[in-house]
This record gives sequence, C-alpha cells and structure tokens, in this order.
Amino acid sequence: MTSGTGSRRSGAPLAAIVGVAESDLGTTQKSILELQTQAVHRALADAGLSIADVDGLFTNGAARFSATQVAEYMGIRPHWTDSTMAGGSSYEIFIAHAAEAIRSGVIDVALICYGSNQRSLRSRRLDGVVDTHLPDGQFEAPYGPLSPISLYAMAAQRHMHEFGTTSSQLAEVAVAAREWALLNPVAFRFGAGPLTSEDVATSPMISSPLHSYDCCLVTDGGGAVVMTSVEHARDLKNVPVHVIGHGEASTNATMSQIPSLVSTGAVDSGMRAFNMAGVRPAEIDVVQVYDSFTITVLLTLEALGFCPQGEAGRFLEDGRGRPGGSFPLNTSGGGLSYCHPGMFGIFLAIEAVRQLRGTCGDRQVPGAELAVAHGTGGVLSTHATLVLAVER
Amino acid sequence: MSFDVTHLEVPVPQVDELFIAWWEATRDHQFLVQRCTKCNGTQHYPRAICTGCGSTDALCFISATGNGTLYSFSEVLRPAHPSLRAPYVVALVRIEEGPLVLTQIVGAASNDLQCDQRVYLKWLSLDDGRALPVFTITSEFDEYSHFRTHNGG
Repeated sequence: MTSGTGSRRSGAPLAAIVGVAESDLGTTQKSILELQTQAVHRALADAGLSIADVDGLFTNGAARFSATQVAEYMGIRPHWTDSTMAGGSSYEIFIAHAAEAIRSGVIDVALICYGSNQRSLRSRRLDGVVDTHLPDGQFEAPYGPLSPISLYAMAAQRHMHEFGTTSSQLAEVAVAAREWALLNPVAFRFGAGPLTSEDVATSPMISSPLHSYDCCLVTDGGGAVVMTSVEHARDLKNVPVHVIGHGEASTNATMSQIPSLVSTGAVDSGMRAFNMAGVRPAEIDVVQVYDSFTITVLLTLEALGFCPQGEAGRFLEDGRGRPGGSFPLNTSGGGLSYCHPGMFGIFLAIEAVRQLRGTCGDRQVPGAELAVAHGTGGVLSTHATLVLAVER
Repeated sequence: MSFDVTHLEVPVPQVDELFIAWWEATRDHQFLVQRCTKCNGTQHYPRAICTGCGSTDALCFISATGNGTLYSFSEVLRPAHPSLRAPYVVALVRIEEGPLVLTQIVGAASNDLQCDQRVYLKWLSLDDGRALPVFTITSEFDEYSHFRTHNGG
C-alpha cells in the first residue's frame, strides 16, 4: 500500500458517487420498503439531491418486480431500471451499470438501494431457497448441503489441502473484522469486545471446517448510494468519489458447476477492473471485500492479486488487516461483525466511499485515495469489482 | 466393513421433464453423463446444450464407471432439511468421465477423508424404485438399507 499523487492513474472517471447512507441496522422490526426508504432519504440528503432528481433506479430483493415496486413506493418515475439478481455482488454490479448509464448520458442521477429485514423476520434458512425444478433442486438438494455455507466450507477444505491454510489463519479474518467493528458505532458487534482465534475455534462447527464465527451475521439493514455524472458532481456539496474501474464475472449457479474451489471469478472481474482503472493492486489504500465467510476473504484477496494464490492465510496472519495495520481490510467490521442483511455488497461500497471522503472517524485510514470494493454472490457464483478514487 | 446408514433419509424432488431420462436410469443403477459427439466434451447435470461447443443436436448419454476422486468435502452439523440427520458428509467428487458431482460420502467419518483420495459410486434405493448415487471410500461395500423418499421436499 502506497500513498501517492493523482497522476498515477490512467483510468478516466466514469461517474461519481455523491451520496451514501445506511438505514437502521440490527433488529429493526421495519419492513423492507421502510428500511429502503430510510436509507434513500438519508443518502439523497447526503448528496444534496431530492427524490425528484432520480431518473435511474437499481435495486433487487424487495419484490418480484423490485425496481418497479420501489419506484412506485417512493414516487419515482425512472427511465432506466435494473433488478439484476446476483446475490452479494449485485450492488457492485449496479454501481458499474449505473456508471455506464450515466457516462452514456441516458440518465443523470442513479439511485441504488437495498433493504432486508431478515433478522426481524427470522427468514434465513440454512438450506437456502430450493427450486425443485432447477438443477440444484434435482441434483444437489437431495444431499443436504447447507446453502451457501457448505460450498464455502468445501472451498476452505480444499484451500487447506492445497496450500496448508489453517483454521487459525481463517479465524484471523474474523478477529480483524471484530477489531474494526469495535471502532464503528453502528456495527452489530460494537461494544461486544474483541474476538480471539480461540473464540472462533471453540464456536460451534456448522459445516466443517467452518465454525459459526467463520460465518457472517444475520441482521436487518438497508443501504443507498446516489450517483451522478462527474460534471454534475462538481456542483454538489460532497467530495465526489469516482468510479474509475469495474469488472464482473459469473461462473456457476450450482455447487457442482464451479470451475475451481480455489481460483474464483474474482480473478477475471479484478483484472477487468484494475485494467480499466489503470492501477495495480499494490496501489490500493483500503480494501472492502465480501466476507460472507472467512474463506471468502482469503480467496478474494488472492484472486484480486493482493497476494499470490494460496498465500492469503499467511499474508493476513501478522494482523496487517487490523486497525493500524499495513493492509486496511473491511474497515466497517464487515459482514462478520458490522451488519449482514443478506446482500452485503452495497455496504462494501458505502464504507469505501466514506473512507475515501475521510469521514470514518476512529476507523479512518489516513489519506486513503484509492479503494476497492468487491462483491461475491451465491456459491462463489458472481463476482464484481469496483475501483474507486478521490482526488485531493 | 459395516456401518449404519439407515439414519439417512433424503428429500428427493419430483422429476422435472428435462431430467426424466437421467432419473429413470437410476432404476438400473446407471449414472448417466452427457457426452458431445462433436467436441467430445462431457457434462453433468444433463441439459439441452453442450456447454463446450454450443451444439444442441450432438449430445448422447454414456454410463459412468463410478470411479472418482474426492475434490472436497464438508461434514454438516446442522441438517439442511428435517429429514436429514446430522452429521453427514457432503462432497464434490470428480468422476472419471470429467464432470464434478455434488454428492454425499457415506460410511466414513470426515476424519477418515482426504481431498484427492479415490471414491466409488454406490446407490441408495429410493422407495419409488429410483436410486440416489452416493460415494464411499471403499470399493467392497454394497449393503445398503432402503431409503424413504420425501417427494417435493
């Protein structure tokens, strides 16, 4: 990680992120649409824009017709909608798609929003959602894999076999996330005290080798991101955060169709994003990657090129991902300790934007100018990388 | 070697039209794999297009030998479905014909398993005459209990 000058980038900004916010998090007893509205209201206020300015809407998970439903509920008449369903990477995908729609001039103000009340509803199921007419219902569900946990567990098992990765190296991801969450007043585990490697090792095994503390939280929460053109952003109050690179990859829907358990689609999405941005992984100041499970982080750091394949466990074990370390990682506390309302991708982007604005308080990474937000969805199915930058 | 697998009750879906041929062959303990006569690629699960070359008129079924290697596995401690009794071992097996298959390893504890070891196809009888392919780590074992199905899960 180096800090440098704006001249190091060749990638031109595609669009600007000008507003971000979360809704209430945790156990809210609010509906999905209420949580979305709360986040949207706050993010538009953050941007200094109003609901009437929105002409592009990007959302999923609220309904079968998600964008249509959210638009109706909030009184938006969008002429560009996107309800791509790619699980946890959906919101990095939405930001990329919004950036391109803005750059092409079709829309001016994009609203990307999400909400889930899965903790209040107690709606999360260990076997996921099974459609018996689809391939996973026909050929995989009969064997009882926990979905998605067991696929990530098998990835961890394979990573241990091929590279000698240990359970305590996996645990370090959760331990570091907790350290960050203790600095984030809205984190679910804020005030919960530190987590130790021993705590992770002695937490109940769910799907070996993953323990319960290797798995993300189940919480409510919503988030919203407001984007506009680079030119329009100059007239708004916030320091704009530019999208300078994006990449997307889709590798498999069912567990058995995964090309590799140890080399994910993030190799492809990351290469596309870094090439577009004209930056190298070593230049990134702060990294937000989806931590659905501890192994997800190791796989993603390797795939994005922050360390060689097979090395992520050893890379992080000196604590460099913790507050004050040389590799600031998941500085919100992540899905492991901050919040995880189902599709965490939007919160990765929100935290990256806040770090680049320099508004993260006790957990601020000093002088952060370049950030990566990377979403992973499904059973290592979908992968989307954003490179974000701020000019100072 | 003897072991008790009678605790294993599995929810098996109603057969979807596209997959009838595959499920029907399980009655004869045939594990069908699609092969493309144009590009010679293999694939499992069966589908209407070759994922190797895009052909829609060149796919045929072959019968798998039943030999495979264990790509990875996980012992599940919290059952995915009320009819499944934990612990059980889910696995990804690379069958000799090429495709990766999601399955269970039966008759072995996860402590006895290692990635890349040889595994062998076995069949669990379902009460409607179909059978469910699983794998073991020994080629000798073939005593299996009868398994009750839960159609539609």
